[in-house]
Amino acid sequence: MKHLFVLFLVFAAFACNQQEKSAVEKIMADTDNGGITLPEGFSALVVADEIGRGRHIAVNENGDIYVSLRNHDQNKGIACLRDTTGDGRADIVEYTGEHTGTGIKLHKGYLYFGSDTAVVRYPMQPGELLPANNWEMIARGFPTERQHEAKPMEFDGQGNMYVTVGAPANACMEQMRTKGSPGMDPCPILEYAGGIWKFKDDVLNQDQLTDGERYATGIRHAVANSWNKKVNELYVVQHGRDQLSQFFPEMFDDKQNAELPAEEFFLVTEGADFGWPYCYYDPFQEKKVLAPEYGGDGEMVERCENKMDPIMAFPGHIAPNDLLFYTGNMFPEKYRNGAFIAFHGSWNRAPEPQSGYFVVFVPFDGAYPSSDWEIFADGFAGMETINSTRDAEYRPCGLAQGPDGSLYVVDSNKGKIWRIMYS
Amino acid sequence: MKINGILFLLLVFLLSACGGRKQNSQQQTQAPVSAEKSAEMANHPGKKVYASFCLACHMADGSGVPGMHPPLIQTEWVTGDKERLINITLKGMSGKIEVNGETYNSIMPPHSHLSDKQIADVLTYVRKSFGNNASEVMIEEVQKVRNK
Repeated sequence: MKHLFVLFLVFAAFACNQQEKSAVEKIMADTDNGGITLPEGFSALVVADEIGRGRHIAVNENGDIYVSLRNHDQNKGIACLRDTTGDGRADIVEYTGEHTGTGIKLHKGYLYFGSDTAVVRYPMQPGELLPANNWEMIARGFPTERQHEAKPMEFDGQGNMYVTVGAPANACMEQMRTKGSPGMDPCPILEYAGGIWKFKDDVLNQDQLTDGERYATGIRHAVANSWNKKVNELYVVQHGRDQLSQFFPEMFDDKQNAELPAEEFFLVTEGADFGWPYCYYDPFQEKKVLAPEYGGDGEMVERCENKMDPIMAFPGHIAPNDLLFYTGNMFPEKYRNGAFIAFHGSWNRAPEPQSGYFVVFVPFDGAYPSSDWEIFADGFAGMETINSTRDAEYRPCGLAQGPDGSLYVVDSNKGKIWRIMYS
Repeated sequence: MKINGILFLLLVFLLSACGGRKQNSQQQTQAPVSAEKSAEMANHPGKKVYASFCLACHMADGSGVPGMHPPLIQTEWVTGDKERLINITLKGMSGKIEVNGETYNSIMPPHSHLSDKQIADVLTYVRKSFGNNASEVMIEEVQKVRNK
């Protein structure tokens, strides 16, 4: 009997040790997939439940996870998570840094972080979960904004960094979001916002307007951005304008307002102009039309004719907040080089029911989608009909690919993190 | 037997240490307050003003949008000082505020283009809806603040 116990003990100790060594094989999904629904063959586990208002997420080669937080009472806006037991669940959660914000990416041995007014980087320390605190300023001088202030960044692998500078406006009206106020023409915001700015990825203290270069314009706000390494191009997904029926009830009813305009998926080439604030994309007419603030009637095109069209249109107001081109080997062939997009979920479809709150997949062939988008992960909101945004229990906001090809999703309400796997 | 017991304990400890998890989560803000339908407010003239000018951001149930538009439910900002509330409606608001334990830092546009009656109606509506039960806002009170 005694021997049996000793044997069992040795076995248990051995099993425990093995678990740490070959973590990937030991990771078990949750029986309910953490409350979300996925296509057949996929499963998910909850990595962490409540780490704070998560925005974007990065996963290191050793599996350590970094999440940017929208706010933190001591400004420690980087949540750092580590799994030390090999079950895929974070058992260490620490907070560090001196910034809060959205952009977060591991690049060249640093953790780049986009606060709402600057891009900084924290040096990573080999073997350590926490980055060092002696951060450096990379890009500064961004406008202080109270809407569309998130500054996500992306890298092209050729020494450049692209930062979204969202427009602090709905449609560049003279009086902000006020019925009857005309659009400013030309819109002065476009000089410093409403586009993508390009910087060097390792030069310190670059000023947005003197050192940065406006790479593309006419983008109202794009929290979702990703460099597609397969075709070497930048892609972003735009948050389209709001409140058509509120400001122009004679032209649009609430149902039309819920569907117009589309959320647009852009292939961003250098110098491209996507039309904001003068134009928006009507997915039913399949074209850019002139915004009513600039004399449009819902059908007129005029100056919008030569603005760049989206490569895909999504339902209105569903708020694309992250984009990821899948390059892993874990998921089936169909998903390789395709795009995952996290839709944060709408508010401006009210009084119609809200929509979004899911992760979609867009299959790609080369630079363009090869077929229509499909919902990949759903059920984050925890209910079928969402009338008010606050009713949604979770809102997917950030995406990352793990070293084994798992897809991570972070929520912005409580900071829940799912790891989606395929077997 | 005794040694078996110790070994057993050790085994339990080992297994639990192996699979154990430390909880380290940051406390989040309170759950949203559910809106109560108030029958007498359903036909109130303020409801129409609310639908046209407020609902898009503050939602039909006054719950707002997390991180963007503050809720109008059971907060001093709505049920407290009427002059402050009238001023926010007329002049708009920007900057950091805390509502029900959550920080907001966005912009509300001014609504001085609404008539005194519209403002009195809509503020009475929000002060008496969504589970709120504060006093009415009179047209004269709006006039007084507007003329200050």
